[in-house]
Amino acid sequence: MLAKRIIPCLDVKDGRVVKGKNFTGLADVADPVALAARYSESGADELVFYDITASAEGRKLFADVLKRVAERIFIPLTVGGGVNDLDDFARVLNCGADKVSVNTGALKDPTLISRAAKKYGDQCVVLSADVKRVDGRFTVFAKGGRENTGRDAIEWIKFAERSGAGEIVLNSIDTDGVKGGFDIPMLAEVVAAVNIPVIASGGAGSVKHFVDLFNSVNVDAGLGASVFHYDQIKIKDLKAELSKAGVRVRS
Amino acid sequence: MICIVDYGVGNLFSLKSSLAFLGKNAEVTSDPVRLKKAQRIILPGVGAFGDAIQKLSGANRFGANLKSAVMECAKGGTPLLGVCLGMQMLFERSFEYGEHGGLGLLKGEVRPLSESARGLKIPHMGWNSLSFPVKNDLFKYVSEGEFVYFVHSYHAVDCADSVIATCFYGGDITAASAKDNVFGTQFHPEKSGDTGLRILKAFCEV
Repeated sequence: MLAKRIIPCLDVKDGRVVKGKNFTGLADVADPVALAARYSESGADELVFYDITASAEGRKLFADVLKRVAERIFIPLTVGGGVNDLDDFARVLNCGADKVSVNTGALKDPTLISRAAKKYGDQCVVLSADVKRVDGRFTVFAKGGRENTGRDAIEWIKFAERSGAGEIVLNSIDTDGVKGGFDIPMLAEVVAAVNIPVIASGGAGSVKHFVDLFNSVNVDAGLGASVFHYDQIKIKDLKAELSKAGVRVRS
Repeated sequence: MICIVDYGVGNLFSLKSSLAFLGKNAEVTSDPVRLKKAQRIILPGVGAFGDAIQKLSGANRFGANLKSAVMECAKGGTPLLGVCLGMQMLFERSFEYGEHGGLGLLKGEVRPLSESARGLKIPHMGWNSLSFPVKNDLFKYVSEGEFVYFVHSYHAVDCADSVIATCFYGGDITAASAKDNVFGTQFHPEKSGDTGLRILKAFCEV
């Protein structure tokens, strides 16, 4: 059977990795290529790169980073950030990405999901959803969590699956950056609603959080950023603990 | 020289990079003349079977069809490695959106995974571990139980004679096949970390 995946996520701005707390207050962390290589060697199952630059110059730096990563890291690479049309898919796939994650671009034009799935295959299209509780309802936010779309998250994710998304990254804004654990109730609702892999994001702070995640809800992967960047959790140790807890992981 | 067949589908960057990482010079080409000079050939592939086999069979910008060049090389003894959809194309036929003829270099056919992996998520996407029903040089640097990366919704069946590796997903799935100089991996060695690199290294030595 499939192993549960551990996925470090690198937010890249102007060619450098950054990580914010609740999406604001970015702090520079490290060189993405060096960090990616370290993760790959220590057992990361996949890497996610989010390009959080808006400028054309930043895009070029990002493309360069991605190419350098893809030349020496031989695990799946997912890329997101600023993906608004099929040209953006081509742009990052040509730099060596395997999957492309769409978020605000798909909210602006939901046909992007089906058009991309038709052209590049379902496996290539990842829907990334930033979700927050608003008046007790799971609601989708756009633009890096800054804009309330008013959309119901479960409906949106089911729509994405029907349109051909091959995977969901569910990022809980309520738990993101706080390191208090994953948003198990939110994840459980999403996992029950779809039949495609779900990647849990937002809230990873300790090894126990990952153990609780995989023991509580049938997600396929857990994603973390700063806990890995600052070496608070070593991926090798995390996998050893998961294995001990009966979770199947790639050794 | 290793040639990676470029017939207009898929991302060949990772295959070329992983071979370069191993110190092997690989050429991405759609020129049949280059293919016929190759010491080894890799047939990659992502997307749908019908579309891919059609592109491989059609006249390309060199005015020749790559399918006959690949067939000629394979029959002449050049080691050939099909990856993912490239592996599926080595079989006799596929039932992905209709029925399509394959290269027929390996016995067997390609069927939807949903027929056997009922109740499981499709595509079969992620890391799964290998078992080896027989010994094959392609896996001489890999141990039973090592994980490799899969992304597929169809799989090869009725190919018992050529199966050299399986993985478990609702049942045993063909993870790799081989007959003489023709090899195929359903998984992506170029995305399977260190294990994948060792498989590519072994292919460079067969």
